[in-house]
Amino acid sequence: MSLTRSQVEGIAHLARLEIAEAQMPVYVDSLSKIIDFVEQLAAADTDGVEPMAHPLADQVQRLRPDEVTETDRREKFQQNASSVAAGLYLVPKVIE
Amino acid sequence: MSLHTLTVAELAAGLKARRFSSLDLTLHFLGRIERLAPELNAFVTITADRALADARAADEKLAKGQGGPLAGVPIAHKDIFCTDGILTTCSSKMLSNFVAPYDATVVERWRAAGTVLLGKTNMDEFAMGSSNETSFYGPVKNPWDHKRVPGGSSGGSAAAVAACLAPAASGTDTGGSIRQPASLTNLTGIKPTYGRVSRYGMIAFASSLDQAGVLTRSAEDAALLLQAMAGYDPRDSTCVDAPVPDYAAELGTPLKGLRVGIAREFFGKGLDPAVEKCVREAIDLLKREGAIIKDVSLPSLPLSVPTYYVVAPAECSSNLSRFDGVRFGHRCESPRDLADLYKRSRGEGFGAEVKRRIMTGTYVLSAGYYDAYYLKAQKCRALIAADFARAFGEVDVVLSPTAPTAAFGIGAKTGDPITMYLNDIYTIGANLAGLPAISIPCGFVREGGSELPVGLQMVGPHFGESRLLSVSHQYQLLTEWHKRIPEGYGP
Repeated sequence: MSLTRSQVEGIAHLARLEIAEAQMPVYVDSLSKIIDFVEQLAAADTDGVEPMAHPLADQVQRLRPDEVTETDRREKFQQNASSVAAGLYLVPKVIE
Repeated sequence: MSLHTLTVAELAAGLKARRFSSLDLTLHFLGRIERLAPELNAFVTITADRALADARAADEKLAKGQGGPLAGVPIAHKDIFCTDGILTTCSSKMLSNFVAPYDATVVERWRAAGTVLLGKTNMDEFAMGSSNETSFYGPVKNPWDHKRVPGGSSGGSAAAVAACLAPAASGTDTGGSIRQPASLTNLTGIKPTYGRVSRYGMIAFASSLDQAGVLTRSAEDAALLLQAMAGYDPRDSTCVDAPVPDYAAELGTPLKGLRVGIAREFFGKGLDPAVEKCVREAIDLLKREGAIIKDVSLPSLPLSVPTYYVVAPAECSSNLSRFDGVRFGHRCESPRDLADLYKRSRGEGFGAEVKRRIMTGTYVLSAGYYDAYYLKAQKCRALIAADFARAFGEVDVVLSPTAPTAAFGIGAKTGDPITMYLNDIYTIGANLAGLPAISIPCGFVREGGSELPVGLQMVGPHFGESRLLSVSHQYQLLTEWHKRIPEGYGP
């Protein structure tokens, strides 16, 4: 196993994913297999190779005029939220 | 006349000539969907009311001699594309209650071309899978053999078109998700160049790899539907502002003089000899038609699957962080605090494969591991792209099998993620290099009493879609494979 249970628990926490106790060994096993598998990249000779940031070489990030282009669609967007009030999204109390 | 076996080109012509109405055509397809789709599990949502309204609107326009190039032609969208006012689930419990508040650009453009929306097709959850078995709504069956997978992640689109429940359907391809299902179901499937089609409103999996495309029953149809989909969109910052060629007009380009590259890296261990035989026969046919067959070398290609399984999960872990249980999507019952809300909403909302990929990505991006995995993978990606670039100095297309085997059994590869991942060994390279690629039918193999389709893949240089489509069309003028329809779904 390239990953330990406590490492996987740490990863799950970073990713904000609750993993059921009984499922944990399954994830330790499969994530270890995946990490072992991608480990083979270490053997590739990449000296002096520029990491590829974009599939097309000559692309630049476009700029646009700083103008308001979006209309207010808050009500429509909030129809998908499970808890809203007065146009605000509600979550459990964060600050006591 | 059996309307459902006609191609998009034939349907569009028939509609324009008023040989049949869009309403009749749409009712015919809706009837087939009602009768045949549940067994295949090809659709998540059937949009019957919307389809009838679209069809009536198209008929009105057609009666006046108006309407777009695809006026009145029914289509289906993969459930990864946002459709205004219609459930858009990405086949995930996370989005099982999500009604999209706007249309994806692909949806908007096909609509502007006059198409009729039949429904939203099943897929692997968040497009993560190669068999359509990770869907929250259950696996899709392959119309060629109901015990086998249709491929994935665009498995519902593939099954729907292969079973003639829709003449064409959209798909997305991050590592082979259009081409591999096309191969497993006897369809033509094209993944365009990265940036050719807008990703706006297409739920993101791995943003540097994702690209929209189409699954059809002919290359000519793929040309028509890609035409209606491609082009600049300011709402996607990676969408390329370059003119779109007239794909249909270029279908007549002859095969004579075509330079076809064959890389031995695509014909190695793991390739089913029966599949290889079909592909070799297609190469021989192209040669007889005057194509020049050349050996090319892609020495870094074997790195493509491990490279992909660093890059794609890394991007997935970032993209899927938006699903927080707050603004949209699944929310857990009575969260204790904010951390509990995030963790349980995400833990409950995502399936096992999605969680596995988020965690893989979180790990490879985490402090201390970034250089060893992510940066290394981006360098390997540059090597793979450079291999293809060198090859395209000598040849017009690189030809290979699309998948190492024909359709496999439902459940056959779900035990081990790596076994499943290796199914995309021939398709992933094109995504990593941002290249266009197409899969077309090239024969059948017999397995366990079933006749199963085999696809060949052609990869082209950036923005080389026209040539991929014309070679495919010329090949389809000489062969009948793409015309075969699975038993029980024909005329």
